[in-house]
Amino acid sequence: MLMIDNLTVSYGEHRALDGIDLTVGDAEIVCVLGPSGGGKSTLLRAIAGLESPTTGRIRRDGADLAGVPTHHRRLGLMFQDHALFPHRDVIGNVMFGLRMHGVSRAEARTRASETLTLVGLGGYEQRAVHELSGGEQQRVALARALAPAPALLMLDEPLGALDRALREHLVDELGALFRTLGLAVLLVTHDHDEAFALGDRVVILNRGRIEQAGSPVELWTRPATAFVADFLGWNVTRALAPGLVAVRPDALRLEADNGRPAPRMLGTVTRQTFRRDHWRIHVELADGTALDVELRDSRAPELGAAVAISVDPADVIALPD
Amino acid sequence: MTPRTRAVAWAAVPVRWVRVGVPVAFLVAFFVYPVATILGRGLWPDGHLDLSPLGDVVGDAALRDIAWFTVWQAALSTVLALAVGLPGAFVLARYRFRGRALVRALIVVPFVLPTIVVASAFLALGVEPSLGAILLAHVFFNYAVVVRIVGGLWAHLDPHQEEAARVLGASRVRAFAGVTLPALRPAILAAASITFLFTFTSFGVILVLGGPTRSTLETEIYRQTAQLLDLRTAAALSILQLVAVVVLLIAAGRFQGRRDVALGLRATSDTARPVRSLGDRALLGANLTLMLALLGVPMAVLLARSFATANGPSFGFYRALGELRSGSVLFVPPVDAIANSLLFAVVATTIALVVGGLAAFAVVRHRRGRALEAALALPLGISAVTVGFGFLIALDEGPLDLRTSWIIVPIAHALIAIPFVVWLIAPILRSIDPHLREAAAVLGAPPRRVWREVDLPIVGRAFAIAAGFAFAISLGEFGATLFIARPERPTLPVVIYRLLGQPGAQNFGAAMAASTILMALTVIAILTAERVRVGDIGTF
Repeated sequence: MLMIDNLTVSYGEHRALDGIDLTVGDAEIVCVLGPSGGGKSTLLRAIAGLESPTTGRIRRDGADLAGVPTHHRRLGLMFQDHALFPHRDVIGNVMFGLRMHGVSRAEARTRASETLTLVGLGGYEQRAVHELSGGEQQRVALARALAPAPALLMLDEPLGALDRALREHLVDELGALFRTLGLAVLLVTHDHDEAFALGDRVVILNRGRIEQAGSPVELWTRPATAFVADFLGWNVTRALAPGLVAVRPDALRLEADNGRPAPRMLGTVTRQTFRRDHWRIHVELADGTALDVELRDSRAPELGAAVAISVDPADVIALPD
Repeated sequence: MTPRTRAVAWAAVPVRWVRVGVPVAFLVAFFVYPVATILGRGLWPDGHLDLSPLGDVVGDAALRDIAWFTVWQAALSTVLALAVGLPGAFVLARYRFRGRALVRALIVVPFVLPTIVVASAFLALGVEPSLGAILLAHVFFNYAVVVRIVGGLWAHLDPHQEEAARVLGASRVRAFAGVTLPALRPAILAAASITFLFTFTSFGVILVLGGPTRSTLETEIYRQTAQLLDLRTAAALSILQLVAVVVLLIAAGRFQGRRDVALGLRATSDTARPVRSLGDRALLGANLTLMLALLGVPMAVLLARSFATANGPSFGFYRALGELRSGSVLFVPPVDAIANSLLFAVVATTIALVVGGLAAFAVVRHRRGRALEAALALPLGISAVTVGFGFLIALDEGPLDLRTSWIIVPIAHALIAIPFVVWLIAPILRSIDPHLREAAAVLGAPPRRVWREVDLPIVGRAFAIAAGFAFAISLGEFGATLFIARPERPTLPVVIYRLLGQPGAQNFGAAMAASTILMALTVIAILTAERVRVGDIGTF
C-alpha cells in the first residue's frame, strides 16, 4: 500500500506537483492521466526518491520513505525511453536488479530467465539490446523492472515510444500480466485509451494538481471539471444551459434545419473529418460558439449546410463555473 | 554517355587528384622524406644497415632512465589529468547553470596557449623546476582535453540509465561504476591516449620546468643534436620515440574501434539539470574553484608579473623588449620576434588551410580517406622536435634546399597544424545533413545556389575556426622552431626561452612581458575565429 499525503515538489517558483493526495492499494492498478508537462513523471520520480519533495509525505505500508535512498525503496520504474543498459545483453539487464539485491549470480540468472519468458522473450537472453525492436526493448525494460519483485511497479508512458498497432496489442497483454501477478501498479500516460483500459482507478493530473480521481466509468461519464471534460474530448459550452456544461459529441444529434421549434440550436457546418467509424462534424452556432458532433452515418452534411442540433437534457452535465 | 555527363566526369578528375595529391605531396616532401632521412642517418650511416646506434641507446643506462622517466611522467600526468578532469566533465555535462557556455569556452584557452607561455606562467607563480611543476603544467594543458572529450559524451548519455540502476537497487557509486563508467569508457580512453601522447612528447614544459636534471626523449633528442652534435644518437632516439608513438596510436585505435555499442544518446538539452541540492552546489562550487585556481591563477599571475618592475607597476619590461642589450644571447631586439611570429603564423595558416582543407574534402569524399587522415596525424604524434630535426638534416639540398630560407619555419608549423585543420573541418563536412541540400533544392535553389546558401556558411565557419587554431598553433610552436628558426629571425617562443635562460630580474621580467604578448595574440586569434560568421547562419 502506497500512501501519498499533500505532496508538493517545487522548482523555485514553479510547482511541478501541488498538494497531491493519492493511494495505491495492494494489487491495484492506478493510471495517472494528463497532458505533457502536467507533473506525471515528477510524481513517479518523487516516489522513487529521484526528486526531493518540498512538502508532504510518501509512505509505503505505513513506513515513511523520506530519507530512504532510491536504491533501498524496493520499487520498479520503467522509463518511457526504456533506459536499457547498452553495454549489457538482455539477461544482463534483467539480472541487474536481482544482483543489486544480493541474489547470487546463478539464481539471478534463473529468475531473470523466468521473467523474460513471462514477458514473451524466452530465448532472447544473449541478445544485445540495440539489436532489438522497440517492442522487444519495451518488454526487456518491463522484465528488468519486474525481476526483483518490487513492492510497487511504476511505468512512465510505457507504450509511448511504440506505434499504434503494437500499442493496442500490448495494452491487453500488460493488463492481463498485471492482474495475473497481482501487482500494485502506478502507470502514467497521456493516452486515454491506455489509462481507461488498464486502470482500476484513473487520476487526472493537470498543472501539478489532481483534477479528478475515480473509476474509468465514473470519469468517462461524469467529468467533474471543465479541464477533465475538455481533456476527454467533451464539448464544454455555455450554449446549452445558463451555466457551463459538458456534453459528449456522441450525445448530440444532428438534423437538417427543418424549421421545427426548439429545444435545439441552429448552426452551420464548418468542418467535417472522417474518423474510422464516425464523422466528427464541427458546427458553428449563431452566437459564434462551436460544438463537435459525432455522427454515426456513412454520409455527412456538406460544408456550409444549415443544421439543427438537439440533445437529451439527461446527457448534459453541469460543471462548476 | 551524354556529352554533358562526360564533361562533368572530365572536370571531376583533376579536382580529385588535387584533393588527394596536394596533401600527399606535402606529407611526402615535408614529413616522410625528413623522417626517412633521420632513419637513414641513424641506421644506414655508410650505405648499409647498422643497428648499433639503437643498441648503444638501449644499452646506455642514462638514456634508459630518460626513456623510463618519459613513460612514467606521461602516465602519471594522464592519471592526474583524468582525476582532476572527470569531475569537471561531470559538472559541465550534467548541471545547467548560468555561465556554463562561457566556462566551457574558457577552459579551452589553456589548451591552445603556447607551452612556453604556460611554463613561464608557472615560473611566475614561483614554482621551482621540479617533477611537480611538470605534472601541474601537464594537467593545466590537458584538463580541457579530458573535460571536452569525456564531457562531450557524458552530456549525451541518457541520465535515465543511471536512475534506472538506482531504482533497481544500486547505490550512487555502484550505479556510476556499473552503468555510467562503461558507457564513458571510449571517451575516457580517447582522452587518456591523447593526453598520454601530448605529455609523452611534451617539450617546452620539460625544458623549462624540468630543470637541468630531468629530461625526456624529446628534450634529449634536442640536447644530443643542438648541444652535443651527436646526430646518430639523436636519430636513434627519434626512431625509438617514433616506434613508441606508432604502437600507442595503434593500441588506442584498437580500443576505440570497439566503441560501436549503441549508447542510446540523447540531445544535451534533455540531460542537464538545474543545480538544486546542497550537494549539487558544493560539487559545482568545488569544481569551478578548481578551474579558477588551476587554469586562471597562473595566467593572471603571469600578467601581473609582466608589469611588476622594481620601481612598481609599469610598462618597463615591455619597453625593454625593444632594446638589444649588450651581452644578450639574442641577435635582434625581442620586439622583432613579434613581427616574425605574426608573419610565420599568416603563412603557416594559409598553407595549413589549403593543404588541410583539401585533405578534409578528400577524407570525407574518398573511401580510403581515413588512411589519409591517420597519415596526416602522424607529424603530431611523432613530435615537433623530430619534425624540426628532420627538416634540419633533410631539407638542405636540391629543390628542397630550404634550410636557410625563413619559409621552412611556417612549413613546419603548417605540418603540425594540418591534423587539427582536418579534425575541425572533416566532421563538419560529414555532418551537413543531405536533407538541408535537398530542402534547398526542392525550394528551387540551383546547385550553385545550394552550395552558397547551405554548404558555404557551414564550411566557411569551420574554416574560420580552423584558421584560428592553425594561427594559434603556429604562434606557440616551440619544439620544431627551436631547431630551424635562424638566429636573426627568432619567433616569440624562442625569444621567451632564451630570456628565461638568462639570469637577472630584467630578463625574467622581459620574458613575462613577451609571454603576456604571446598569450594575448593567441587568445585574440582564437576569439576572432570563434566570432567569424560566413553567410547569415547562426550558431549550430
